[in-house]
Amino acid sequence: MSEARQPIPLLRTPLHKFHVERGARLVPFAGYEMPVQYPTGILTEHLHTRAAAGLFDVSHMGQIAARPVSGQLEDAARALERLVPIDVIGLAHGRQRYALLTNEAGGVLDDVMVANRGDHLLLVVNAACKAADLAHLRQHLGKACKIDPLPDRALIALQGPLAQAALAGLAPGVAAMHFMEVRPVSILGADCEISRSGYTGEDGFEISVAADRAEPLARALCEDSSVMPIGLGARDTLRLEAGLCLYGSDLDSTTTPVMAALEWTIPKVRRAGGSRAGGFLGAEVVLRQLSEGAPRRRVGLQVEGRAPVRGGAKLYVDEISANTIGLVTSGGFAPTAQAPIAMGYVDNELVTAGQRIFAEVRGKRIALRICDLPFVAHRYKHN
Amino acid sequence: MLKFTEDHEWLRIEGDIATVGITYYAQDQLGDLVFVELPAPGATPEKGAAAAVVESVKAASDVYAPVSGEITEINQAIVDEPALVNRDPMGKGWFFKIKISDPSQLDPLLDEKAYQAMIA
Repeated sequence: MSEARQPIPLLRTPLHKFHVERGARLVPFAGYEMPVQYPTGILTEHLHTRAAAGLFDVSHMGQIAARPVSGQLEDAARALERLVPIDVIGLAHGRQRYALLTNEAGGVLDDVMVANRGDHLLLVVNAACKAADLAHLRQHLGKACKIDPLPDRALIALQGPLAQAALAGLAPGVAAMHFMEVRPVSILGADCEISRSGYTGEDGFEISVAADRAEPLARALCEDSSVMPIGLGARDTLRLEAGLCLYGSDLDSTTTPVMAALEWTIPKVRRAGGSRAGGFLGAEVVLRQLSEGAPRRRVGLQVEGRAPVRGGAKLYVDEISANTIGLVTSGGFAPTAQAPIAMGYVDNELVTAGQRIFAEVRGKRIALRICDLPFVAHRYKHN
Repeated sequence: MLKFTEDHEWLRIEGDIATVGITYYAQDQLGDLVFVELPAPGATPEKGAAAAVVESVKAASDVYAPVSGEITEINQAIVDEPALVNRDPMGKGWFFKIKISDPSQLDPLLDEKAYQAMIA
């Protein structure tokens, strides 16, 4: 008798029951059973988020606290600056920044959010990178920081032009928050940590809440008629239109911040001539590429015609040549732009902005034009 | 005569011509369609070969020729408006008509009852 091979059981988020009740189609994602879409479908969910408000369960993402052993937050900030080329020391209490964890070669290990929570730093990391990030942080920050994963906290994103109105119904104070601000807020008696940020290009919030309080919070938010639950399918099309990278597709350990066109995340103080220039893993490579450029570069790609060009499609300079000049890393049909769009890496020497190049899809060459990102303008609340 | 394949296509057979489309179940599994590519009229796909491509927001999928034959007509309406396949998969959302070259290939196809039992 042969033994049936048991698949690795998928983890569930605290909102699993909520998803099932709403008829979500659940798929495996980064070891979790996650909703890819609800019965409304990806197109409707996408357009609803741009027009009103979408609620996303992103509890699969890792939340990690870095607490200074000395009790001085600056010591934790100084230590973390060895791993990310951003200004952590200058990050004010109640603010967060987007940061890239680099390796010795300047490659990206993960893209994360770093928040100053007063007595500790809070990192939000990608689900698939959680374990590796934790080990990396402990290895490099272990002397200066106590690294605590927060597995008992859920994370709910509320995104879209009506997100503020919906959330302010439960927590009026959030209306005064600005983009990338983080603050503790009590909602329905639960202690939440709210940031005004997201992954859609829209205004919105990410709400960290104790796992056992997540479901009542999600239900209360969905009582607002402008709020609809949104799955990972629309989360992907929304972030692609916003030109935001998906780790594992658009970023990996072989892409540097300069290749990824994310050098805007590196402030002057960490660049050549800055008072804390370099001093992070892979700094030599990254600082050199900041001045000399990188061999390849992430670009936006506007597809001609209607056929979607997806991740993995090879790029060519014309319709016949056999030599590839790059690779599409994300692509698909953009519901707001109403056209196929893509992002990919191209050889810096061979192409220029606005150039018409070709992707191979099912043996055919499809024309696309190198364009600026994002495809759909961001609508963050800066003021 | 209405027949089905295990790949979730339907065939409406009139004489030696079969009109082919995808089932309600198939369009529901695929989700919102955003792109359809159909074979050229006159093409002669073999049974089981990829004859058309449908793309949802998420992914691309092949639609196979359920029988060998010659494509006699295609439904340009679904190329112009892929959502028609989601709205009316068994009617206005048909894909192509194929002139059946070997009628014995119809024998293993499922009738509606057997197909419904398969997806139940």
